[in-house]
Amino acid sequence: MTQPRKAAALISGGLDSLLAAKLMLDQGIHVEGINFFTGFCVEGHTHAIRSKDKNKPKRNNALWVAETLGIKLHIVDVIEPYKEVVLNPSHGYGANLNPCLDCKGFMVGKALEWIQENGFDFIVTGEVIGQRPMSQRRDTMPVIARESGAGDLLLRPLCARLLPETKPEREGWVDRERLLNLSGRNRKPQIALAKQYGFEDYAQPAGGCCFLTDAAYSKKLADLWENRGEKQYDLDDIMLLKVGRHVRPKPNMKLIVARDDGENNFLSGYKKRFTSLYSVSHKGPLVLLDGEADDADLELAARLVARFGQGRDADAVNISINLNDGSSREMVISPMPVNEIPQEWYV
Amino acid sequence: MSHHQLDARNLLCPMPVIRTQDAVTKLAPGEVVEVVCTDHGALNDIPAWCRINGHKVIDTRDQGREVIITIEVGQSD
Repeated sequence: MTQPRKAAALISGGLDSLLAAKLMLDQGIHVEGINFFTGFCVEGHTHAIRSKDKNKPKRNNALWVAETLGIKLHIVDVIEPYKEVVLNPSHGYGANLNPCLDCKGFMVGKALEWIQENGFDFIVTGEVIGQRPMSQRRDTMPVIARESGAGDLLLRPLCARLLPETKPEREGWVDRERLLNLSGRNRKPQIALAKQYGFEDYAQPAGGCCFLTDAAYSKKLADLWENRGEKQYDLDDIMLLKVGRHVRPKPNMKLIVARDDGENNFLSGYKKRFTSLYSVSHKGPLVLLDGEADDADLELAARLVARFGQGRDADAVNISINLNDGSSREMVISPMPVNEIPQEWYV
Repeated sequence: MSHHQLDARNLLCPMPVIRTQDAVTKLAPGEVVEVVCTDHGALNDIPAWCRINGHKVIDTRDQGREVIITIEVGQSD
């Protein structure tokens, strides 16, 4: 008996990649999933840091998809190589700091490396012509196949019949007639297909699966680059942009203010790396200080910290300041009145 | 039977899963690894990853700020 052909399916955790992989399984293809973690992926857990979201189900949607399909999933850390995509996208950014076209090309290229290393035959994605304004257009989809190096080893089962024949179709590994011809932004065909397969409770993130498509997040990232004077980041930087209220009173320092107990807990994990401040006389948030601060800056920061706690209307609040060199001190200050905080300090 | 520990504290999912995946690929079937996490999402994700990939979750403990998941490595295919 001949071994089935093997496909690596890019699994984002959304409906399209679920259906694309399912169509391959229906044709007897051995499918394993690959999920690339860039650091910017939108995960329910990130939101679940906040206490108000504690009751929302916490799951990794890519794992859920794999389990639903009964396939293996390989989660691949691409945080380091992905930086080049974010920092210098050859096709530029979309509406925010989203380098969607470069991103897709990068991921398909990584998938190509993976199938070559693991003895797989081709790559499957859930792309649909016309679904996304940058990366899923009739004119840009061939760019992804070409620039990734995957060429005709890249099969998009949901819209394959609208595209030139790929090697898996030409060689008879898959039947082109059983592939689909979906196009456009209308989600009804996918939803109907999901119903037909009995898939329920699949993820439908409103803004896609990447924080870089989010205007507020992109603004914080641009602020980070501008005030550091260089376009760079590490994983902690981009994680912290997802958490807390960000306030920049001066170019050299930004405060990250926890909004509830969940964020307090999360930020407390960074107390060794950052200077941290909190009120000891009143209940209030843990605040991280990102940047270099002199004594006057620390006093300004302490007054802001007091403003965000329950001592905001008190005459004096005692703030504990814990520097990232291990030393600490307390400072008694008056909270900054709300009308003295310019709106533009909020990033 | 070797018993290993993996510190995945202060990492948000899926990083604890990725670290677990990397650790397990270096271990032999039957070996045990205890993963310590602060992201409670790991209580769902690491067992899901184990089910998909044929490993056995021996124990899960929620200790408040930290969760500990103990895994026995399954047979590789």
